Amino acid sequence: MLGINITAPDFELHATPDQKFSLSELRGKNVIIAFYPADWSPVCGDQMSLYNEMHHYFSKYNAELLGISVDGKWCHSAFREARKLHFTLLADFEPKGAVAKKYGVYNEKEGRSERALFVLDDEGTIRWSYLSPVGINPGADGILDALKMITQKDNHGKVKTPG
Amino acid sequence: MAKLKPPVNGEDHIEGSFQAPVIFVEYGDFQCPYCGAAYPVIKQIQKKFKDQLGFVFRHFPLAESHPYAQIAAVASEAAALQGKFWPMHDLIYENQSRLSPKTLLTMAESLKLDLKKFQKDIQDASLIEKVETSFESGIDSGVNGTPSFYINGVKYEGSYDLPSLSHAIEKAIAGHKEISH
Repeated sequence: MLGINITAPDFELHATPDQKFSLSELRGKNVIIAFYPADWSPVCGDQMSLYNEMHHYFSKYNAELLGISVDGKWCHSAFREARKLHFTLLADFEPKGAVAKKYGVYNEKEGRSERALFVLDDEGTIRWSYLSPVGINPGADGILDALKMITQKDNHGKVKTPG
Repeated sequence: MAKLKPPVNGEDHIEGSFQAPVIFVEYGDFQCPYCGAAYPVIKQIQKKFKDQLGFVFRHFPLAESHPYAQIAAVASEAAALQGKFWPMHDLIYENQSRLSPKTLLTMAESLKLDLKKFQKDIQDASLIEKVETSFESGIDSGVNGTPSFYINGVKYEGSYDLPSLSHAIEKAIAGHKEISH
């Protein structure tokens, strides 16, 4: 799993069946990347539904949420619609799990990503990461703590990233 | 392990005493079917442990999934202003399948609330804010779904059937005795 204080590797994935999205488009914003094992499985559903409620809180910290799984773009669009999700879901579908592999959170045996969270600052540097046991919904307290830390440091004008 | 933030305080609704050896906190959503399923179990728990247990309810409405969760939470706070938080809380869960803005009003009526005041209060920004503050404290406390429970401030990760919950609460009571002796 990638550690902190390094630049998050860029990627480009399908956000909708006819639209691609790359991480670098979000430069200037804090970014939460939530890798999750699969659409539709009950725990994931809860995790994504929870994050869906938090739109308001994330935007308070100038943060955008991206959900990534190996599910295909059509699957994602059905899932988004069913759960009324307001954030972007990206399909790490072909080559399968390539982005999860870049971030060191791919589970080869199961053929899916782990349940992992990364919080990036507005320059694209990874500032916090967390690998959750796969069956456990990690909640959002860690994400908010990380966002608070990032924005506090910014406000105090301190150096954001060593090196 | 996730801890309750902020700890139980005077802003909270409690059934039982703040001094009880076990303070049992639920973050719940009035329209969440799992909270609905937990409701009778908690009643049994309260019956079993009596004054050994203080039960606190905090709002965690998943408004995107449950369109009436937020208004129900605010309605319970409006009832609280007339001293009827818990009767409203109970009525909502007992009639969860019929929950709507209209039935909330019927419930308020059956509790003999001052309806004019109730209807005014459910639009009150400060009550809406109170529900939002509760939601935020849930996030800070590591709530990852509803219902989420805390026993003496520590998140309870077990299942919420009667035997599992009873066991965890007995353990907490035993722990409390050890400390106070």
